[in-house]
Amino acid sequence: MSHHKVTIEINGESVEREVDSRKLLVHMLRDDLQLTGTHIGCDTSSCGACTILLDGKAVKSCTVFAVQAHGKRVETIEGMEQNGQLHPLQEGFHEEHGLQCGFCTPGMIMRAKEFLEKNPNPTEEEIRWGISGNLCRCTGYVNIVKAIQYAAEKMNQPQQEAA
Amino acid sequence: MIPPSFEYLVPSSLPEAIALLHQHGDEAKVLAGGHSLIPAMRIRFAQPSHLIDISQIEGLSYIREEGGFLKIGAMAREVALEDTALVVEKYPLLLDTAKMIADPQVRNLATVGGNLAHGDPANDHPATMLAYRAEIVIHSNAGERVVPVDDFFTDFFTTALEHGDILTEIRIPAPPANSGGCYLKVERKVGDYAAAAVAAQLSLAGDGSIAQVGIGLTNVAPVPTRASAAEALLQGQPPSETLFAQAGQAAAEASSPADDLRGSADYKQSLIRELTQRALRKAVERAQGRS
Repeated sequence: MSHHKVTIEINGESVEREVDSRKLLVHMLRDDLQLTGTHIGCDTSSCGACTILLDGKAVKSCTVFAVQAHGKRVETIEGMEQNGQLHPLQEGFHEEHGLQCGFCTPGMIMRAKEFLEKNPNPTEEEIRWGISGNLCRCTGYVNIVKAIQYAAEKMNQPQQEAA
Repeated sequence: MIPPSFEYLVPSSLPEAIALLHQHGDEAKVLAGGHSLIPAMRIRFAQPSHLIDISQIEGLSYIREEGGFLKIGAMAREVALEDTALVVEKYPLLLDTAKMIADPQVRNLATVGGNLAHGDPANDHPATMLAYRAEIVIHSNAGERVVPVDDFFTDFFTTALEHGDILTEIRIPAPPANSGGCYLKVERKVGDYAAAAVAAQLSLAGDGSIAQVGIGLTNVAPVPTRASAAEALLQGQPPSETLFAQAGQAAAEASSPADDLRGSADYKQSLIRELTQRALRKAVERAQGRS
């Protein structure tokens, strides 16, 4: 067994834990930190339910060891709501009925967050390509695309009120 | 599934990484992006005793042109290909390939070097590197050596890399003027391995004839395959539909696919025949600046 002390910034807070080298990041998030919003779907890097942001990049946390995240910044679905305000993506999924069972939703939202940062004015085709690493088993892609379009529009509007 | 136990080591220099590989024996493996190795560990296809993470070694993530080559460092992530203007403008075959690898999240971590070092004939970069006639730079205790891509893939999941070697760079000869390329892949869904795929790269002479051509085939043999007979047919000839059809046939004959859940051997050979023609057509259009 190989144990390592890791320090990871998770949703803005510095977290220090002793982890076994073989512990996958998704298991650290879910089992050690009770951040169960990040889901495990396929466990084979296919479905995207475990998508989180690692230093701002969307990655599948079932295919990253926790030790690899040492010194890095992690964002999960739990960090999206700020001061009681839903993130525009969360609002979009709510308003456009972007989910049925909700299992894929956290991964969809985290991937969409990175995608919109890189491409704030995407076409529908670009959105579909952008979420091609996330599977929805309720066949809800139409409304997921609408939800992301909703968020893109909202995020591109000038801020109404100062924070 | 949870991977088997291993020791995790993070060297900060290449010599240190090579020394660790020697120190810990041939069950020690290099970890780059981890997107072939970690899935293989989860299903116990790989059970390394030590993982030597090379991601903290500085200066391995570059993509730049230098000395007549496009040089890709061992830690350059797949996503960086799509994000590099030089690749977008001048290396359409490489860009096509980058977009067809796995999915966006995987491309954020997976590396070009890892895609090659894994030695999987189903991976996409090997065929592309065959078409470009790339070179693989390897570092070891003995220093640096450069292996032509044709000598790199030696057998099924086996490469010219020996224990204590680290793949450090991929060198693609910078294409001359009037060059174009194209990668076409048939997959069942995003993220799947190819049922079959074809990489074509060519350049045109002043009279419009084909001056140089490379064609690589994905997942239709135990090793990534060069369609040599098809290349010979095209070499020095003016491009034409008849010629492309002959090259497609020759490429199909160079393949030896197996029946599996992605289709029958016959079907895959048909794919190679058709994809070769389409890839050549597109490559010529691009070389002529028409697309």
